Amino acid sequence: MKRPSNPPTVSQAAAAALLLLACAAGRSPAATPAEDHGTGHAAKGAAPAPAAASSKAEIVPVQHGVYLIYAGEGSNVVVQIGEQGVVVVDTATAAVSDKILAALRTLTDKPVRYVLDTSADADHVGGNEMISRAGVTFGGGYTSDEHFSFIFAHENVLNAMSAPTGQKAAAPSTAWPTDTYFQDSIELYFNDEPIQMLYQPNAHTDGDSIVFFRRSDVIATGDVFSTEGYPVIDLEHGGSINGIIAALNRIIDITIPKRNQEDGTLVVPGHGRVCDEYDVVVYRDMVTIIRDRIADMIKKGMSLDAVNAAKPSYDYDGRYGATSGAWTTDKFIEAVYKSLQSPPQEPK
Amino acid sequence: MSGSFSKTGLIALLLLIGGPAMAQVELSGTWSQLMHVDRAERGTGPEIADYTGIPLNDAARERAETWDAAKWTVPEHQCEPHPVDYAPHGPASLRTWSEVDVESQKVVAWHVTHAWMVTTRDIWMDGRPHPSPHARHTWMGYSTGEWHGDILEVKTDHIKEGWIRRNGVPRSDRGTLTEFFIRHGQYLTLVSVVDDPVYLTEPEIRAWNWVLNLGYQMAPYPCEYRVETVRPKGYVAHWLPGTNPQIGEFARAHKLPPEVGRGGAKTMYPEYRHELERLLKSQPKPDAKPATPAAP
Repeated sequence: MKRPSNPPTVSQAAAAALLLLACAAGRSPAATPAEDHGTGHAAKGAAPAPAAASSKAEIVPVQHGVYLIYAGEGSNVVVQIGEQGVVVVDTATAAVSDKILAALRTLTDKPVRYVLDTSADADHVGGNEMISRAGVTFGGGYTSDEHFSFIFAHENVLNAMSAPTGQKAAAPSTAWPTDTYFQDSIELYFNDEPIQMLYQPNAHTDGDSIVFFRRSDVIATGDVFSTEGYPVIDLEHGGSINGIIAALNRIIDITIPKRNQEDGTLVVPGHGRVCDEYDVVVYRDMVTIIRDRIADMIKKGMSLDAVNAAKPSYDYDGRYGATSGAWTTDKFIEAVYKSLQSPPQEPK
Repeated sequence: MSGSFSKTGLIALLLLIGGPAMAQVELSGTWSQLMHVDRAERGTGPEIADYTGIPLNDAARERAETWDAAKWTVPEHQCEPHPVDYAPHGPASLRTWSEVDVESQKVVAWHVTHAWMVTTRDIWMDGRPHPSPHARHTWMGYSTGEWHGDILEVKTDHIKEGWIRRNGVPRSDRGTLTEFFIRHGQYLTLVSVVDDPVYLTEPEIRAWNWVLNLGYQMAPYPCEYRVETVRPKGYVAHWLPGTNPQIGEFARAHKLPPEVGRGGAKTMYPEYRHELERLLKSQPKPDAKPATPAAP
């Protein structure tokens, strides 16, 4: 986006008016005693810890027993902590597992009991092995001394990470999900809290789950939502623009704001900052508007090149677009175009 | 641009006006808004596609021109209050009060409640850092303040995406706000500077005034959203580019050349009057007869 090369300016008239306003009636205000001393707001407004140095992972309290841990690369890691232990949603990359575990140990000495994967992306499951091995599962017939925690995911995550006998798998078997589901959802009750993994078909991939902590009132979304850029639509692995929009609308269905379209249910995206419903609505609106524009262009018979030339995301590119890196604006437009022309088949 | 000086210069001037560093001012009270400068923002709000005086860029203009007021009928948009940078447009009579540490008698924070939807902001005075990029954005953002003589300078970030004007001109969640609270006896002035690397080419600078009103009572404002118009699930109100029939209404209603309403930084400055005069002169007169076609 073009930016002006001149320094910001303001008119002389405006500045003079401001100066007059500032000088009018003298500079000595009437000393009015305080009339309303608020109480308790300092604690409410305490700032989360600033970004940690790169040697440490950053911990951002979300609400109740849920925290976001970000270790400088890979996905956000969401942890729910309680008397029974720790649930970890996504594990970022193997390179930062030590940092994540070190951060976790500053919050609790309880073991990791469950790992929940929102997709099979390497930057979400890369730490599965190390973080699972640092945990301890509940009995269930496991009599080995080997320590590990269960790894839950949709079965398409297992399909993507594993491979038939004789073929090379995308990830070592010790990182694979130990428990999968193929229906709409799977449920846990842990740390006195109902937890749901809700399948979002053909969204970012064909194996996406969002994780809803029902008592804490927090949703971990994985990559169907990000505050850092346009949604990544992995066409090769079953992703689609309409699946992304359906997933965002599902999140909006679940979230309930507390007051003035703020607070209430909090949402942790796969990448980026902690959010609430409004932030998801803004993102859903943006993605839907771009989808509608491209759909209209397809209806008019425009080729992908013509659609790109028309810049259907121009007004959002300054916020969400990229001209370099793994997921550029052009790739996003191409993925939307192709997924509208050849939508994935409905899952059986 | 001639006849102008930098934002830095403005801030320096404002700070020079302030007295000694220790000359802090009591800001507590209830304040009635003086509606002088922002009539266009009142009541039903500004006209569609009137972006005059706003330093918006082309991307912001495109968002505004595809914006649809039907947005406000969608349940998930109905209870949005004004964000911190727009809140002083109001209706925004204010309640301001300080929070004092009893032992040191230092002001830990200033709090400001705006009448419209009773939004309350906190301005931290204890030197705490701003949150990390992974922390939430809120309507009121995260504010820290510092006295420069008798002027309170407030810096705010972590603001939710909002609007510069209520007709679709956006302000991104990367926007930041710098403000100066200035009290003159019974009057309170706020000078506000919005920077947005996504949608503004220059800072948006505004000012508002209030008068002390010791009898002012702020009413609660509960907001509940409802389905007002049945629409398909996931409906998003917007116009496809080039299809918004309302874009020309502002210029037609005021007999202005269409480009005037498109705004931009140049429309903020007095020099723009000369261009406006030229544009007005070049307009076809309403009663002008069409030119006679040339003979074949």
